[in-house]
This record gives sequence, C-alpha cells and structure tokens, in this order.
Amino acid sequence: MSATETKQKVVGKPALAGFPFPSCPGCQHPVVGRMVFEVVEELGLGGKTIVVIGVGCHGGPMFFANIDAILAPHGRAPDIATAAKRLRPDALVFTVQGDGDCVAIGAGPFIGALTRGEKFTTIMCNNTNYGTTGGQLAPTTVMGQVTSTTPKGRSSELGGYPIHTAELAATFRGTAYSARGALTTGAWYQRTKKFIRTAFEKQINKVGFSFVEVISACPPNWHLTPVECLEWIDEVAVKEFPLGEFKNLGEIT
Amino acid sequence: MMAEKMLVQGNEAVGWGALSGGCDAFFGYPITPQNEITDWFAREFPERGKVFVQSQSETGSINMLCGGAAVGFRVITSTSSPGWGLMQEGLSQIVATELPCVVVMVQRGGPGAGSIRHAQMDYTCVTRGGGPGGYNNIVLAPSSVQENHDFVALAFHLADKYRNPVVVLTDGLIGQMVESLEIRSFDFEPLPEKEWALRGRDEQKDKVRRFLHNAPGILPMPLYPNYISFLKHLEEKYHKMAEIEVRYEAYHVEDADLVLVAYGYPSRSCKRAVRMARDEGLKVGLIRPITLWPFPHQAIKNKAIAGSIFLVVEDSQGQMVEDVRIASENRGAVHFLGMWARHLPTDGGMIMPGIVLKEIRRLLS
Ligand SMILES: Cc1ncc(C[n+]2csc(CCOP(=O)(O)OP(=O)(O)O)c2C)c(N)n1
Ligand code: SF4
Repeated sequence: MSATETKQKVVGKPALAGFPFPSCPGCQHPVVGRMVFEVVEELGLGGKTIVVIGVGCHGGPMFFANIDAILAPHGRAPDIATAAKRLRPDALVFTVQGDGDCVAIGAGPFIGALTRGEKFTTIMCNNTNYGTTGGQLAPTTVMGQVTSTTPKGRSSELGGYPIHTAELAATFRGTAYSARGALTTGAWYQRTKKFIRTAFEKQINKVGFSFVEVISACPPNWHLTPVECLEWIDEVAVKEFPLGEFKNLGEIT
Repeated sequence: MMAEKMLVQGNEAVGWGALSGGCDAFFGYPITPQNEITDWFAREFPERGKVFVQSQSETGSINMLCGGAAVGFRVITSTSSPGWGLMQEGLSQIVATELPCVVVMVQRGGPGAGSIRHAQMDYTCVTRGGGPGGYNNIVLAPSSVQENHDFVALAFHLADKYRNPVVVLTDGLIGQMVESLEIRSFDFEPLPEKEWALRGRDEQKDKVRRFLHNAPGILPMPLYPNYISFLKHLEEKYHKMAEIEVRYEAYHVEDADLVLVAYGYPSRSCKRAVRMARDEGLKVGLIRPITLWPFPHQAIKNKAIAGSIFLVVEDSQGQMVEDVRIASENRGAVHFLGMWARHLPTDGGMIMPGIVLKEIRRLLS
C-alpha cells in the first residue's frame, strides 16, 4: 500500500460515502455509516446494493452515499426491504434504523420480517433515545436515564424496562446472525466492523436474516461531552447491552 | 385465438386481472370480504414464479408495495375498509415518492369494524387521497366481475403512466358474486422504461445511483430544487389526469329528464330501473362514473345545463352525492336515495331496482 493509499484508508473518506450529511459533534451515527461503506467497498458490492433508510439521525449518512437508496416512513424500513429483497434477490439489501425506528414504531415490521426469516440485513444504531426529536424515552433507554419524557429518569412504573434487540433477533429461527457492537475503542471498532461484514456475508450466502446493533453516542441528548459519552457507554450502556455475537449460523435447519 | 372464458367470483377476477396487467408481486393481509383475493394470489403466484407475501398488517402491505414499486416491479395489494385506514400513511408516502402501485379496496360497511358485507361508505376517504398531505389517486369503480378484471389490468397501466397509486374501489357484493369472465389482453400505449427504479448502480444504464425519497424539494434534488417546485409538479400531474383520464358510462342519457348517478353494485339496480321506467314511457337515464376520481363533472354539468334533474343512488348515507351537487353547479335538483332504501335494515340489505323505480316515478310525477 502506498503512503497516499494508507492515508486515505486511515483519515480519508470511503468512496461510497458521498456528501456528508450534518450531525452533532461526537455523534457516532456517521461512524456506523462509514463502517458500512468500508465493508460494502471491501466486498466490492457498491454497485449491487440497495439501502432502505429509517427516519431519524441514523439515516443521515446514507442520504448522499453512492449507493441506490430509498427513504422509508418511520419504522417501515423492514417492509420495504422485504419486497426489495424478494424482487431483487441478487442485490445486497439492508436497512439502517435507529432504536426508536426499529423497535418502537417499527416493532411490528421488524418482528414480521424476523418471523418470515427475510434474507436482508438490518443495522440498528442504538443511542438509547430518540435523537432527532430531542432525546425522548426509547424502548432502549436504560433504567434511571434522564430523557425529555422521563425527566426524573426511566422508571419501571412509567416506562417499563429496556428491550434487548440483538438478543431478541437471535431467538428467531429464521435469523442467521445477530450481534451487538460499540465504537468506544479501536478494538471494538474493528470487531463491530467484522460483525457488519459477517452479517452481509450471511445475506450474500442466502442463509437468513442478519442483524447488527451498534451502541452509538448522542452527546447533546445525553448531556455529556463526546469523551464522557464513551465512558458512559463503557460503564453503563454495555452493562445493560452486552457486546458480542448472539447467533452465527452457517445454515438454518 | 378464442379468448378464454370461465365462471369466477369477483374477488378471483382481481387476480386474473393482475395477471393480465403484468403484475409481479402481491402483498396482503387477510380481511373479509376480500379473502378470496389473498388466497388466489397465494395459490396462483408462486407457481408462476411471482412473489406472494402475507404481510403482518396492512401497514406492512402498503410499505411492501412501496418497496416492490421502488425496485421497478408491478405490485398490488387488496384490502377492505379497516385495512384501508391502516394504509394511509404508506399511501401518502408512495405518492410523495412517486411510485406506481395498485390498491384494490373491497368496501365493507362502517364505521369501525362495521359489517363484513357490502357498502359504499368509503367513497369520500378514497376519492380524496385518503392520507395526509393533499394528493389524488385515480379511483376506478368496477360494477361486474369482468370489470374487476379489466380495471385491475388498466390500473397497472395508469399507475405506471403517472408514477402514482391507482385504487380499484369495489365492494363486497361484486367481490362475492360469480359471473362469467373473459380473460383479455390489452394493448395499452407503450410506456417508458422505469429508469428511476432502484436496481443497484451497476444495473443502471448510466451507472448513476438512484435515490427515492418522500420529501422531494425538502431534500433538494436536481428535478425539484425546492419544495414548491415539487408540489407544482404533483399538481400538474393531477390536472393532466383530470383532463384525460375521466371515464364514465352513459346509459340512455341523451333525452333523459331524470339522470340517475350510481357506481358499483347499485349502478346495476339503476340500469334495471331505467329499463323498467323506459317501459312506462319515463325519460330516465344513468351516468355511471367509472373513474370516481377524476369525477365526470362535465358530463353531469352538461345534463344540468340541458335541464335534467338527478337522482344519486348510493349505498351510504350520502357521499358521492356531494360530487354530483358540485358538478351540477346548482342548475338541476340533486335527489338522493341512500342506504335507508335497502330492502332489509341489516348489513345484508341491498338497494333493489324496485325502490329506485318507485323514486323515479315519484320524482317525475
Ligand atoms: C409517523 C411518524 N411519527 C413520528 C415521527 C417523528 N420522528 C422523527 S425521527 C423520530 C425518532 C427517531 O428515533 P430513532 O429511531 O431512535 O433515531 P435517532 O434519531 O435516535 O437516530 C421521531 C419520533 C415521524 N417522522 N413519523
Ligand atoms: S441528536 Fe444525537 S443522534 Fe442526532 S445527530 Fe445529534 S448526536 Fe447524533
């Protein structure tokens, strides 16, 4: 690798990334986006990919990426991806969704796709709240976490308990792969990127549904600095949402 | 070649119509009185190598339609009134994304869960777009098993022509009845290839990525640099539809002093009533709107100018009657015979020719 190539790989922008859609300083959604672009490029599938974009900040990085794309109504990305993948089985089809998009308003479509064992991939950015609308309670908000609709912190009486999406997805027989990653260290960046690659490979090999959840920092709504966010993920979020692979099948029987 | 003829149910004719219209995929959720449609596609589509998916809900069906249309295929769903309600967010998104699709809506009685039998109580919500945002869909209204087939095939053509949903609005009675059906093929005008569809960049002729989204102009794109330019474009599309896609049947209208206006199953009762009235020497005709949107305003206006009065026969508490009033521009009196005229006060009651004839006699005496 030449020096310029190395530089491009380390600090440059993946060729698929396109015009950067603005997000807050310290937001990790664009990092998830970057990782997805890197994997798609490495697989050489940029020209064979269709992304279905959820509604929320998580969608931004996909808007102007150099891959075919469609914006879904809030929560409905799995329905759109279902039809796209069934009608274009040779395309790499994935959804990018937030935790609110995927398991609050979109819980029905998500469970529907899992139940049918659809063969697309979902990348879910879990920032434990609704970023776009100002940081409200999400199904993933951790106990005691202050959000704009849980001003005294999430309590079980008012808000129940957090949902564990990657674990849930793994329980479905049609799921080939389910994992949860984070972006707090270089090592976890690399592991999470590998999760995404494995998920896409499950789709390419037509094994079954594949899912990766990534814990993603949201500094303004967490009321923390970007660095404090990383500490909070390590100390609090990861205790509620353990990292790792929950399912990895070569074949569904 | 002899056209194939068979005896089928109206709901099944929808399936045959979809085949004649070149449909690639069906997405649907069961609901009475359209279950035979879902069953037909489940039976007939996979074995023809086409896609059938039973969705998890009607919101699922409509968004699957969005996905299938986005990747360039001809797609259809069917539902009945409560399911239609659930589809409205998705339908509005499909309109904004400018995707073609066909929705068959087999009306049942409402409001709420209502009845599982025929009714015409969804005219207003179906002909006014249905969802948020102010838009229009072409609405075709069959009145026979044959038309269930023909209009579904036509709907695919019109949807592609305008990159807009087309609704086929039928009812439980036409859906459930059995008549003879001739499978026809149609020579619609050729349409351009769907160069806008998502295929993956490599499959695009120009190798340029496609981005379909539901906020054109808000997210500026070459075609629509701002919000107003997109809304203007939609409006021009609706004007064009209203100008050239109006369809209706005129039955003994020429010399009629009284013009009945009816669509769907009551239009059959009305035809019979017209014949009986003519036998008595009464000058009665029928205008049967085939497109409920765009509505045949001009045909009604012309009769109003010529001095006719109108009787709207509609199995509801009065919905289409408002369009007839608007079209007549207060020139001819517009009378109404609605669901109180059913032969039974139940969900199974129907508006029969006899009561229409009685009303004709009363109005012309
Ligand atoms: C039907 C509908 N309801 C509500 C909204 C408003 N809304 C936009 S984004 C959003 C929440 C997004 O949260 P999440 O999916 O977690 O994504 P994030 O912004 O955190 O990335 C909401 C409620 C909407 N766009 N559509
Ligand atoms: S509000 Fe949160 S999720 Fe949205 S862009 Fe800002 S940091 Fe990211």
